[in-house]
Amino acid sequence: MPSAPRLPGLWPRPRARTRRDALPGLHLALGATILWVGLLVVLPLLALAIRPWQDGAAPMLAALHDRRMLAALELSFGSAALAALVNLPLGLLLAWSLVRTRLPGRRVVDALIDLPFALPTAVTGITLATLYGPHGWLGAPLAKLGVRVAFTPLGIMLALAFVGLPFVVRTLEPVLRDLPPELEEAATLLGAHRRQIVTRVLLPPLLPALATGFGLAFARGIGEYGSVIFIAGNQPFRSEIAPLLVVIRLQEFDYAGATSVGFIMLLAAFLSLAVISALRRRLSRGLGGGEAA
Amino acid sequence: MSRILLGLATYTIVAIVLLLPPTLVFVEALRQGLPAALATFADPDAQAAIWLTVEMTALSVAVNTTFGILAAWALSKFTFPGRGVLLVLIELPLSVSPVVAGLVWLLLFGSQGWWGAALARHGITIAFAAPGILLATIFVTFPYVARTLLPLMQRQGRDAEEAALLLGAGFWQILWRVTLPGARWALLSGILLTTARAMGEFGAVSVISGHIPGLTETMPLHIETLYNGYQTVAAFAMAALLALMAMTTVALRGILERQADKAGAGKAEDWA
Repeated sequence: MPSAPRLPGLWPRPRARTRRDALPGLHLALGATILWVGLLVVLPLLALAIRPWQDGAAPMLAALHDRRMLAALELSFGSAALAALVNLPLGLLLAWSLVRTRLPGRRVVDALIDLPFALPTAVTGITLATLYGPHGWLGAPLAKLGVRVAFTPLGIMLALAFVGLPFVVRTLEPVLRDLPPELEEAATLLGAHRRQIVTRVLLPPLLPALATGFGLAFARGIGEYGSVIFIAGNQPFRSEIAPLLVVIRLQEFDYAGATSVGFIMLLAAFLSLAVISALRRRLSRGLGGGEAA
Repeated sequence: MSRILLGLATYTIVAIVLLLPPTLVFVEALRQGLPAALATFADPDAQAAIWLTVEMTALSVAVNTTFGILAAWALSKFTFPGRGVLLVLIELPLSVSPVVAGLVWLLLFGSQGWWGAALARHGITIAFAAPGILLATIFVTFPYVARTLLPLMQRQGRDAEEAALLLGAGFWQILWRVTLPGARWALLSGILLTTARAMGEFGAVSVISGHIPGLTETMPLHIETLYNGYQTVAAFAMAALLALMAMTTVALRGILERQADKAGAGKAEDWA
């Protein structure tokens, strides 16, 4: 059974429940781990969870009614979802070419897929802003066609799509590799049409991976900052993303406001990962196969 | 026919989406020739930014590698109550927005934070100074080493370790001589990933650093300052250097993984 890629958070179980233990080092290693996780992850995130309520519920309630914040959240979520959606066909195409064809230069393509992941976000930011800017290599011809990319919501989506692409390709790749080409041959022999092969044979086993890729790209997109702010334009109500609003609130010394936005973003990210993980489980159950992980 | 179309589509997408951006970085950096680009690095603020980035990266890697190894040991070779919770907590920073990763440290150590004012009275500043930048960088690169090591160390089981124990080895000897040599590719891969992420971190550091040129500006922040100041050549020269550093690190990791594949160690499962 092909094993679907795991979402972060779903680690394999240990091989066997161990006896009362002979191996040394558990106390030391566990103590160090708890210290490390406690001080560097739990403590700061606790501050984020507590701080919005510290001055009463008023700042959080005010934040929830702040139209500028709602607009920023809507923009962040909307463009992250759209970008992740656009990445599905693009990612599928690239993954397919890498796994199923003997494309000349496949090694180079393979290496380039990781580029958005490798490029520091600030570098991505200024590069995309220049590339799609009014005088940019791609921005200028697009402007002639009447399409403005830089400093519009379209630019935000484009930056998020760039950043999210490797997540989709890399989740699809192993699943495609595990999918035997014989399956399609068998379907052809049984008289299936091309479209039937795609929708009945190829797509169903890929759906869980597509959902995972979408979820990872989406979760990353909600919080993305550096690669977006240079191309975004950053006008309130129009092209101001939620992470930028956190920064602006902090510059206004409005800690409560900043924390409220940050807290909602965090909740949303967890929620989307949980939904995707549940959806993925459901989709793979629909295939009649258990999950390996 | 469809093969050819597919190939053409792939090349087109790769060229426009993936190849143009890095090309543009170097073209813009060299727009006024190599000397003009290199002049960027003669500026004291630029040099300070490079050094700060190197220092912060080295320290974050040291902290997260040390604790990542110990965490992987505890979580891969033992079962105990609360193990699942620890696993989730270790991965948590991956789903936190960089901006929020900076914000949380301000909530603790900023002037309006829980302990910021009290620490300031004792002359200790964390926010808007190097310690804050370090904390933010550690946070965003937190899980990588543990995450790459753990699945591999788990697959390796505990037979070798138990044998070493019977032969009289102590904890550090077992870890250093038995466990880690078997996991060296994964360890190195995790370290490289941490390095690449640490030097490129922008959002988290931007929130906590205060952007003081020459003092608390890392390379990514200095790029922003230059770019917003319309010093395009300098911004892209610095960006080119940072991109080269990060891409080399990631490329090394790719080579390493192929090496590990050949050695039959299996691919480290580590995607973030």
